[in-house]
Amino acid sequence: MSDASLNIRDLARRWRPPPLIASPRLRWALGLGAALYFAAAIGTLEVNWLRIYEGLDRGWAFVIAFTEPDFVSRWTDIREGLIESLVMTVTSTVIGIVISVPIGLGAARNIAPLPVYLLCRGIIAVSRSLQEIIIAIFFVAIFGFGPLAGVLTLSFATIGFLSKLLAEDIEDIDKGQAEAVRATGARWLQFMNYGIQPQVMPRLIGLSLYRLDINFRESAVVGLVGAGGIGATLNTAFDRYEFDTAAAIIITIIGIVMIAEYASGLIRARVQ
Amino acid sequence: MPSTEVAGIKVWQRRTAGRQYAIWFGWLVGTALFLYCWKFVSDATTWFFVWDAPRIAGDIGGRMVPPRWAYMEKLWIPLWDTLNIATLGTALAIFMAVPVAFLAARNTTPSATLIRPIALLIIVSSRSINSLIWALLLVSIIGPGVLAGTIAIGLRSIGFMAKLLYEAIEEIDAKQVEAISATGASRWQVMAYGIVPQIMPAFAGITVFRWDINIRESTVLGLVGAGGIGLQLQASLNVLAWPQVTVILIVILATVVFSEWVSAKVRHAII
Repeated sequence: MSDASLNIRDLARRWRPPPLIASPRLRWALGLGAALYFAAAIGTLEVNWLRIYEGLDRGWAFVIAFTEPDFVSRWTDIREGLIESLVMTVTSTVIGIVISVPIGLGAARNIAPLPVYLLCRGIIAVSRSLQEIIIAIFFVAIFGFGPLAGVLTLSFATIGFLSKLLAEDIEDIDKGQAEAVRATGARWLQFMNYGIQPQVMPRLIGLSLYRLDINFRESAVVGLVGAGGIGATLNTAFDRYEFDTAAAIIITIIGIVMIAEYASGLIRARVQ
Repeated sequence: MPSTEVAGIKVWQRRTAGRQYAIWFGWLVGTALFLYCWKFVSDATTWFFVWDAPRIAGDIGGRMVPPRWAYMEKLWIPLWDTLNIATLGTALAIFMAVPVAFLAARNTTPSATLIRPIALLIIVSSRSINSLIWALLLVSIIGPGVLAGTIAIGLRSIGFMAKLLYEAIEEIDAKQVEAISATGASRWQVMAYGIVPQIMPAFAGITVFRWDINIRESTVLGLVGAGGIGLQLQASLNVLAWPQVTVILIVILATVVFSEWVSAKVRHAII
């Protein structure tokens, strides 16, 4: 009797870490809801096991292909695709920056009047809510196949990204400096150039470099719908089950992204 | 302070002459590069189609309205699939991202010289390849369908989640970890009681954030055959059924806005 009660007290006094969700009812409800959802989701997941079994060989072939990628046999296609991707990246980033700076200025509440602010925020919202690939489909339909459709797609996507972050940065600036410049009797352009620009420039450079990196990665995707770049080459390689060529392309993309990330890290460290 | 003399009076300048020249040179090289790239794009473009573009755009716009709302009834199942691709993909990514994050964080990695670079390579590889390319690859390996999309989303999310998570692990308060190890706790106990409680809020936030992005990405995976509402989009585009395309685009936009709203609410509740 005494033994048993001692054990119970021991158990009751044992410390337990506090749970993430404090209310036990909410915790159980969320847990049960999640379990039911996952059961339903996995239940409706149609899996063709035979097809997967057949595909395992190909999957293995792809893994093997990474150990011996074939850069040589399709080198001309890979090189042309890569050059096109890089060219598209540079062009679209520059066009995107040139357009997004005025829109970013307009979307900053502290320096833009309300109608301009609403218009610019509207443009940003449209650009951010549509995926690149959908825009690319439309631009290919409108402007025809080729890198121009890709460049316009990436520029459009850049606007939403860069303008929004630039506008938020302008809204966060130190008012004292801006007012000091304005108090000297500076005109609007001088006010922008000496009051606002020096404060947001380091971040603008950082964001532009980051966007350059994103645009390169995305340029590999817009090619899937015919908007130019390495994506078309990659798609063809997969369609023909030439996994060693596909592996070579993917390794090249990863390599370029790594170099770009490293270089932009160095430049950002210098600027900031 | 840099200055120049104009007629015997010192005039303030923002930069020294050398630096000014360097910046001008940078602009020159940049402009030349851009013009060269633009010429490349321009040469590869059939300008006749571009001049014709406003008419085509107007034509497509005209065909897209009014939307064929009756098509909506065929979209509920693909929408459910899209939701599943994103959610199951996120769940799959959690299982793979958590160990990678612990191996990549400087303060928890078993070996900074050998294992950490491998973990970082996994993170970079997963992040550099878009989910559509992962989907393309998986469709050619395991066949078209929801499963390929789910795995593609999972593989794509590893890098993002592991990167944010390992940065959170590196920023934890070392004192709490020391306090736990001072009690004589084993390596696993230190992890469970010293590290995990500190990163739990960040982990929940990252998961919801990525789920939101995954919803957005899974709506278009069908374009390469990996299931979800993108399949319907592809089918409608193939037969030039523009009124259906409008309905699908509206549904995709609504889904994206909804998931953003959910994610903002949940993150607000956590933080």
